[in-house]
Amino acid sequence: MRVPILERLAAGDILIADGATGTMLQAAGLPAGMPGEAWILERPEEIVRLHRAYLKAGSQIILTSTFGGTRARLKAAGLDLQAAEINRRAAELARQAAGNDTYVGGDIGPTGEMMPPLGPLGYGAAVEMFAEQAQALAAGGADCIYIETMSDLKEAKAAVEGARQGCDLPVFCTFSFDTHGRTSMGVSPAQAAEAMAEMDVAATGANCGHAPEEVLDFLPQMRQSAPEAYLIAKPNAGIPRMVKRQVVYDAGPERMGGLARRYAELGASIIGACCGSSPEHIAAIAAAIQRDR
Amino acid sequence: MVNERLFKEMTEAVIAGLPDKARELANEALDAGIDPLAAIDQGFKPGMDVVGEGFANGELFIPDLMMSGEAMKAAIAALEPELIKRKQQRRVLGKVVIGTVKGDIHEIGKTLVGTMLTANGFEVHDLGVDVSAQQFVDAVRRVDADVVGLSALLTTTILNQEAVILDLQEAGLREQVKVIIGGVPASPEWAKEIGADAYAENATEAVEVIKQLVRV
Repeated sequence: MRVPILERLAAGDILIADGATGTMLQAAGLPAGMPGEAWILERPEEIVRLHRAYLKAGSQIILTSTFGGTRARLKAAGLDLQAAEINRRAAELARQAAGNDTYVGGDIGPTGEMMPPLGPLGYGAAVEMFAEQAQALAAGGADCIYIETMSDLKEAKAAVEGARQGCDLPVFCTFSFDTHGRTSMGVSPAQAAEAMAEMDVAATGANCGHAPEEVLDFLPQMRQSAPEAYLIAKPNAGIPRMVKRQVVYDAGPERMGGLARRYAELGASIIGACCGSSPEHIAAIAAAIQRDR
Repeated sequence: MVNERLFKEMTEAVIAGLPDKARELANEALDAGIDPLAAIDQGFKPGMDVVGEGFANGELFIPDLMMSGEAMKAAIAALEPELIKRKQQRRVLGKVVIGTVKGDIHEIGKTLVGTMLTANGFEVHDLGVDVSAQQFVDAVRRVDADVVGLSALLTTTILNQEAVILDLQEAGLREQVKVIIGGVPASPEWAKEIGADAYAENATEAVEVIKQLVRV
């Protein structure tokens, strides 16, 4: 039986997270244009299979396949009214795969809408959507709420507040610094970490993004602004490029493994990968981290 | 001298991204009898040039460009009735159809390209997101477009850029319209492979590349 995740992190352990969900589901046959969340109810066995692949590779915390699980994002596929069911079920599937010894992070991503003055999504409405999602993820058995790929600080704050309203689980929140070392909305790693520290978010860091080497610069900046927070590094497997009509991410398992060791040296407590990665990348990361212990 | 001061304030209002201030300055210019075209070209547009450069350099970000675009839009809307009254119009550099390809709902990048093109004097027809190849073909024909811009942010939808090019060929329109592509997985090599005329990395670069494509 697992100890609460914050106790584990407080003991100084490094947890290996998982890798890409979307990339893997597409490889398993998810049609282009269909959100992965649709498979939670339609093809639950594929979701469990995905989680198991990462667990086998060495993941010690797996994330639910609910990145686009807010009502706002599900609406495009006509699934918004099933938001609570989809998120609860996704957490149950992850728990089913993880068993009682491995952690499940209830994954929350951006709504895809912009907040004033740039767009119509009000702060209160955003908090409400995130609270609904967090509540369902907690009900399905998540160990923590894991918010990721944020670029707007206001939306990240709404997600944290929503997570707190929806459940009592620890909250993690990471950002995608994909534009000249900042998020696309212009938030620097230091600003993001500072805001998360002010909200007492347990763990913060960088995910998705641009080249994974850039995370080596982001971690110290975040550490300085949020000395108490646990740090997360979960970058893309490099940058996607079309090669012979196939999408290829340019960072292979070996490069990601080498980087993982350096993230750990910089104090990262949770290390995984994002878009373009596979269980092979996670296995390389796990091997690199374990070799150091 | 009054003009100089006003033009400088217009430029600053666009850089700061203040639509209300930009509208106010446009009205002030009209009250002072300033040529509305001069207000646009010497007052407001230089602000977009500054912001566009900052965006390309990584000094400014999406919110900055969006708010400056709003300021530019507010100014032009305020000046428009006077332009019509004087039977003047901004010189149209070309007609551009833009949109995000089928299956892809990423809006921001494509919209920023539209904002920058409009500010620079192009006539922009934004078809929105999740646009089918047929919709692109129909729009190119309908507006007699000089350029069509195809955005794709997903590794699963980028192949649809090629689908649009093939359909343009089939419709006999490929010779008359230039194709530019953009989006995270796209690259100059990908543009070449699928027979597009050009690739641009960001909204600022898109304007320069499209200017070259239509030779203005």
